[in-house]
Amino acid sequence: MLDLLYSVLIGPLRDMGSAPAFLVEVIIGGLAAGLMYSLVALGFVLIYKASGVFNFAQGVMVLFAALTLVGLMERGAPLILALLATAAVMGALAFAIERVVLRPLVNQEQIILFMATIGLNFFLEGFGELAWGSDVKRLDVGIPDSSFIVWGVQINRLEMTAALTAGVLVAVMAVFFQRTRIGRALRAVADDHEAALSIGIPLNTIWIVVWSAAGLVAIVAGIMWGAKSGVQFSLSLIALKALPVLILGGFTSVPGAIVGGLIIGVGEKIAEVYWGPLVGGAIENWFAYVLALAFLLVRPQGLFGEKIIERV
Amino acid sequence: MTDAPTPLLEVDEVSVRFGAVQALERVSLEIRRGEIVAIIGPNGAGKTTLLNVVSGFYHPSEGRLRFEGSDRTHLRPYDVAALGVARTFQNVALFKGMSVLDNVMTGRLLKMRGSFLLEALHWGPARRQELEHRAFVERIIDFLEIEAIRKAPAGKLPYGLQKRVELARALAAEPKLLLLDEPMAGMNVEEKEDMCRFILGVNDEFGTTIALIEHDMSVVMDISHRVIALDYGRKIADGRPDEVRADQGVIDAYLGVAHA
Repeated sequence: MLDLLYSVLIGPLRDMGSAPAFLVEVIIGGLAAGLMYSLVALGFVLIYKASGVFNFAQGVMVLFAALTLVGLMERGAPLILALLATAAVMGALAFAIERVVLRPLVNQEQIILFMATIGLNFFLEGFGELAWGSDVKRLDVGIPDSSFIVWGVQINRLEMTAALTAGVLVAVMAVFFQRTRIGRALRAVADDHEAALSIGIPLNTIWIVVWSAAGLVAIVAGIMWGAKSGVQFSLSLIALKALPVLILGGFTSVPGAIVGGLIIGVGEKIAEVYWGPLVGGAIENWFAYVLALAFLLVRPQGLFGEKIIERV
Repeated sequence: MTDAPTPLLEVDEVSVRFGAVQALERVSLEIRRGEIVAIIGPNGAGKTTLLNVVSGFYHPSEGRLRFEGSDRTHLRPYDVAALGVARTFQNVALFKGMSVLDNVMTGRLLKMRGSFLLEALHWGPARRQELEHRAFVERIIDFLEIEAIRKAPAGKLPYGLQKRVELARALAAEPKLLLLDEPMAGMNVEEKEDMCRFILGVNDEFGTTIALIEHDMSVVMDISHRVIALDYGRKIADGRPDEVRADQGVIDAYLGVAHA
C-alpha cells in the first residue's frame, strides 16, 4: 500500500527533481503541443463568438487547408505562392459558407446551425479528397525535424517554429478581436443577431471576416500538424483535442483558448512521461478528456468563459 | 417654396405577405420631422410588421419606402441603421453578456472610423475617438438615469431597466428616426411614467422623430402628436389623438365588431 502511494505521489516528483533539464524538455514539448491545440481551439472560439454556432467542421477545415497547400505544392507551386493561394481558397470558402449556409439560416436555432456545420464537415472532407486525393502526403515546409541544444535542453526546430508561429498568430488575433471595434461588433453579433443588425452591424461581413480568420488559423494548424505527421485524414481529428481545451478555457474566450491549450499540452506530456509507466502509458490519449470532465463538474463555463444564466 | 417640407419617412402603398397571410395591405403613411407618432391597433394588426419593414428586416411585397425623399425600399437593416434609423424590439434585444456601458457603446459603432491598427494599439486618433464616443454615451446614460447600473451585465437587469438600456443604445446612434416597439409593455405605472418622460425628453432635447407602437391608450393620448391605427394590415385611421380615439372604425376594431 505504502509502495503504491509512494510510486504515485512521490516517485514522479523525485524523477522530475533528479533530471531538471529533462523536465524542461518535457514542458517545452508540452507548451509546443499546447499552442497547437490553442490554435485549433481559437478557430472554434472565433466562430462561436460571432455566429453562436459550434463549428463541427473546424477540424476538417484544418485538413482541407493542409490538403490544398500540399496539393498545390505537389503541382509545383513554390511554398509562398501555395500559401497565398491556400489563404485565398480559405477566404473564398468563408465567403461561400456565409452565402450558402449562414445567410439562409439566419436567426435559426443554434442546433440547426450546428447540424449545418456537420453537413459542411462531410462536404469538405469529400471535396478535399476528391480534389487532392486521399493518400497520405508529406508536407515539407523547409524546416528540418531535428533538434538543437540550449543549456542542456534539447529543442526541436520544427516544434519551436510551429510554437512561435502559433504564438504570434494567437497574439495578433487576440489583440484584433479584443481591442478593435470589430471586436465589439463581434461580441454584439454573438449575443443577438437582430439587435446587432438594428445598430448597423453588417452581419454578413462580420461572418465572412470571422470564417476567414478561422480559415487562416486552420491553415497554420494544418501546416504545423501536417509537417509533423503527414497530411492525412487523421488531421481532422485534432479538432477532438480542441474540445477539452474549449471546455477548460471557455467557449467564448480567446485568452481561454490559449491558456487552456497550454495547460492541456503541458499536463498531458507531464502525465505521460512521469505517470505513464505506472499505468502502462497512453495517458496522453485520455488525459485531456478526463481533465475536461473534471472541469465540467466543477466549473462548466471554463476558466474564462462567460457564465450564462438563462431565465426560463 | 410653397410645398410642405419632405416628410422624414414616406410609406407608399406598402403590402407585405407571408405566404397566404396578408400582414400589411396597401398601407400609406408619412412621418414628419420632429413628431411623435403612435401606431396602434389590436394584436395581429401589422404594427410590428410595419416597423420591421421600415427598419429593413422585412421587405415589402409591393409598394415603396422613401426616407428623406429618396427611395429606400430594398435596404438591408444595417444600411437602414446607417441612414439614421434606430429601433428597439418588442422583446428587448440587448447584448445580454455585455455591460450596460458596452451595450450603449455598440450604438456608436456606426459613428466610429479609422484604422484598426491604431485601435489595436490604443494610440493616437483611435484613442481620442474612443474617448469622444465615450463622452457622448455618458451623456445619454445620464439623460436616461442609468448611471448606477452602467457596469452591470445587461442580461441581469430587471425588465424595465433593460428596456431603458435598449433605448439608450438606440439613442447612442443619434438617430433621425427612432422606432420603439412597445416601449412600455410589461412595465408598472412608475416605470411607464419614467419612460414617457424619457420619450418626450428625447423628442424635445435631441429633436428626434419618434414612431412608437403602444397598447396603453392613456400613454398614447398623452405623448403622441399623431396616431395611426391599423387593423388587419390596413390603415383605418390617421390623425390627432383625440380624433382617432373618437373614430368609429377604431372603436369597432378594438371592440371586435364582426367584419361584414
